[in-house]
Amino acid sequence: MDFIPNTKQDQEDMLKEINIGNVSELFKDIPDKVLLKDKLKIPSGLSEIEIKDLLKKISEMSNISFSYFLGAGAYKHFIPSVVNHIVSRSEFYTAYTPYQPEISQGMLQAIYEYQTMVCSLTGMEVANASMYDGASALAESCIMAVNITKRNEILMSKAVHPDYRQVVETYCKAHSFSLVEVDFEGGVTAVDVLKEKISDKTAAFLVQSPNFFGCIEDLNEIEKIVHDNGALFNVCVVEATSLGILKSPGSFNADIFVGEGQSFGNPINFGGPHLGIMATKQMYVRHLPGRIVGGTVDSEGERGYILNLQAREQHIRREKASSNICSNEALCALTATVYLSSLGKNGLRKVSELCLQKAYYLAEGLSKIGVEIKFKADFYNEFVVKVDDASRVNSELLKKGIVGGLELSKYYPELSNCLLFCVTELNTREEIDKLVGVVKG
Amino acid sequence: MTNPTELKYSKDHEWVKLEGDIAIVGVTDFAQKQLTDIVFVELPENGKKVEKNKPMAVIESVKSVSDVFSPVTGEVVAINESLKDNPDTINKNPYDEGWVAKIKIVDNSELDGLMSAEDYEKFTAENH
Repeated sequence: MDFIPNTKQDQEDMLKEINIGNVSELFKDIPDKVLLKDKLKIPSGLSEIEIKDLLKKISEMSNISFSYFLGAGAYKHFIPSVVNHIVSRSEFYTAYTPYQPEISQGMLQAIYEYQTMVCSLTGMEVANASMYDGASALAESCIMAVNITKRNEILMSKAVHPDYRQVVETYCKAHSFSLVEVDFEGGVTAVDVLKEKISDKTAAFLVQSPNFFGCIEDLNEIEKIVHDNGALFNVCVVEATSLGILKSPGSFNADIFVGEGQSFGNPINFGGPHLGIMATKQMYVRHLPGRIVGGTVDSEGERGYILNLQAREQHIRREKASSNICSNEALCALTATVYLSSLGKNGLRKVSELCLQKAYYLAEGLSKIGVEIKFKADFYNEFVVKVDDASRVNSELLKKGIVGGLELSKYYPELSNCLLFCVTELNTREEIDKLVGVVKG
Repeated sequence: MTNPTELKYSKDHEWVKLEGDIAIVGVTDFAQKQLTDIVFVELPENGKKVEKNKPMAVIESVKSVSDVFSPVTGEVVAINESLKDNPDTINKNPYDEGWVAKIKIVDNSELDGLMSAEDYEKFTAENH
């Protein structure tokens, strides 16, 4: 539907039809003394040429090319140009929620493909049409676990992203779940602490892998402990490209998978919108919040797609709903789907290999010049270093056009002067060598 | 399908068959027709304590999700596991193979408040 403003003639015709002299008469119910009589203090409009000029000048103010070694939950990856071409097609870009399947088959099919890809990558049996972001998806997985197990306690690794943990805390407080944190040691969840804290009151254990420090958790060991106690094993992935090279959470018998899909073709977007991914076992599908697209046949036997199992939140039995989510990140999910389609299995594998190899290249480079790699655990594309003066290192790097790693002390006081570096396929060998050179000096 | 005369019926369209102190509960033919194709049944757990007129199971069909209310008070001693794989048994055979749960009751007199087949016939005719 196009937007066409009313012409003066349109306005006159309408006023005549309803017997009104002028538009201001329509506001006569508003007391005169609160009516704004002055003109708004905004400058008058500019011509298209002047606007283009002004915006160009503003954009040039930040036209410095940096190299980025910062991740911690949001990752810079290469976005093939085909992604934007497909996603900005108005049929996709302006599509509304596909409540009416008969006019939404394109979008519904795209989301169905997205769900299918999520299952392929994560090894889980069924996925939903996306959540707002990884953090809220993780929090929702707690509600799911409590409903399934009928237990009230959530155990969570302290190596989960600090922002995610805050969100989980908020949701747990609101639902009166008890939340217990499990310490990390050597950069990964301390398994003996987990053994000690888990009990038959535990609904689920939440673990992120690779975790906030980039370290790969021992999901095998953790799974045994969690399932031996009858709790659910909830696995979270924040750097989605890691799924291209690490064993899938499904292969570790995860009960609920949650993730952040921003790495799949979505720009960092100043922190959002991002893409929450959620998947689970078929037997828990009715506990899965959010939208789910299903495949079916129409009255003529042709393949079609619809929103399925809608009776869980917004339509009927709302009082029984486990979540208030009634939306999804359709455009971001579509973006991820196009990104994954254009890379294919081999392409995604290549991306994750590059991330892994370049991260180890940086780590070795820094190690050679005497920088301490804080944790011995294997990592994917992020790792922690300990330096003498973290803020000085970052300011020196910034002067040379390099955005360094995240200072961890504000999130983990025990990790003072520690920096979390991230390397992706976008970091060139020259950039990495340059970083090492600056740190050396 | 006529409503079997040996059963008792509730206003919420459940039927009850008493065998000693065990009440077998299901939903009526009228109910399954209204629900249309049933796709999923959420059964109560064995041992669960149920109360008269309180929800004890959930039936999901292609067009709705409805609670099944227990017409009696007691403890669930058996559930119809076959409904997990074949929920449409309720559509095909609501009074027989489509039973939902068996409840051990404490108070037989609770059944006095339920309708006979004839009364239920009248009830469904006039109210729907």
